Amino acid sequence: MTSEEWQIVGFTAWVSVLSTLVITPFGLALAWVLARRDWPGKSIVETFVSLPLVMPPVATGLILLEIFGRRGTVGGFLHDKLDWDIIFTWRAVLLALSVMSLPLLVRSARIAFENVNPRLEQIARTLGAGNWRVFFTITVPLAARGIIAGMLLAFARALGEFGATIMIAGNIPGKTSTISLAIFQNVQLGNDTSAFRLLGVSVFLAFVAVWGSEWLLRKTHHRP
Amino acid sequence: MNLILRNLRLPLADFTLELDLELRGRVTAVFGASGSGKTSLLELIAGLRRAKNGFIQAGENVLLDTGHGINIPIRSRRIGYVPQDLALFPHLSVKQNLLYGFKPYADVNITIEHVTEVLEISHLLARRTTSLSGGEQQRTAFARALLASPQLLLLDEPLASLDSNLKARIIPYLIRIRDEFQIPMLYVTHEMEEIRALCDETIVLERGRCIRQTRAEQVFNSTTSF
Repeated sequence: MTSEEWQIVGFTAWVSVLSTLVITPFGLALAWVLARRDWPGKSIVETFVSLPLVMPPVATGLILLEIFGRRGTVGGFLHDKLDWDIIFTWRAVLLALSVMSLPLLVRSARIAFENVNPRLEQIARTLGAGNWRVFFTITVPLAARGIIAGMLLAFARALGEFGATIMIAGNIPGKTSTISLAIFQNVQLGNDTSAFRLLGVSVFLAFVAVWGSEWLLRKTHHRP
Repeated sequence: MNLILRNLRLPLADFTLELDLELRGRVTAVFGASGSGKTSLLELIAGLRRAKNGFIQAGENVLLDTGHGINIPIRSRRIGYVPQDLALFPHLSVKQNLLYGFKPYADVNITIEHVTEVLEISHLLARRTTSLSGGEQQRTAFARALLASPQLLLLDEPLASLDSNLKARIIPYLIRIRDEFQIPMLYVTHEMEEIRALCDETIVLERGRCIRQTRAEQVFNSTTSF
């Protein structure tokens, strides 16, 4: 592997981990609200969260480009007020990976929360626990395997993200180039050896993440 | 114990639970056919369900007074609730289960040593609750509720899932809880035997209404209709 390839692998792994960490608090909150509360418009929120799973990633990227570009509502605001640019920076990669992997975390965590017997949470309350204590000492530990499995799936999805990333981050060597983007580019340029080396790395990383997630889900399933 | 329920109304699937009662027993049996509203009554007192309107007072404490907008949160009610399925925390050890709600209050003198000794579970503290036998799980659930220093214990058919042999072995523990810790109890059951052994007052529910309130032995003597 060349130093450039190592840089790409390192950046992809780092930004994938970061996106998983960024979406976790938000994703868990959303999953819990979907699992435990009913409110008007819930099905619309559910559909929106799942959209990136079924829409063409490039289309999701285009939406993000519209919102976070310099002329977009959010992007314009960040550029004018904070002098922050999102598009074509590493932040765009982070944004694309986060949006694309969030549904996987939410779905997995939501099922895990739904499988926690609400009776246990109620009894914890009768024993004097407030909402946060119930959440962190009963709900999360009992849903932990599903949550971790969801995080691993989200991480794996982030590793392989292509369509939305290329729309909003481009493929800038040393700056926004990820494994997927680099494989595509290498194949285009006829650098097959480099493409295959990166392919090997991505197969390995994806295998470990999916295998870990399957293993955790199996263990959750068998728990009494 | 004085448990006062006034104009309590909770619409359920088939009928409305409507109660107006004052309970004074040390252990009050809540008797009635399946689906007569017994569990809903316990859940109302514990705060797990919210009555449409009504008033609940346990001892000196008003727990619910919809007329004055009072609804004490579940965690502050000091009501120990042992549901039918026990709801032991499966990811925690017996000791961690017992300590979960442990809170010594000035007005109650309850220690872990005392409770585990009375219920004979001291040797189980390091175990996972999932590895306990039915009777051990039962006693652990009682102990956990007791250690939160409740002012009132709600027991929902605590012996229903046990075979008759085991039932006979658990009843003495319930008598010990009653006599040692002096905590008033509301005890849902279908079994006359348990009422006779434990209770000094009985209410009979039918479709959400209390159709009879008596001393236990009177009910026992006149229950051919059940």
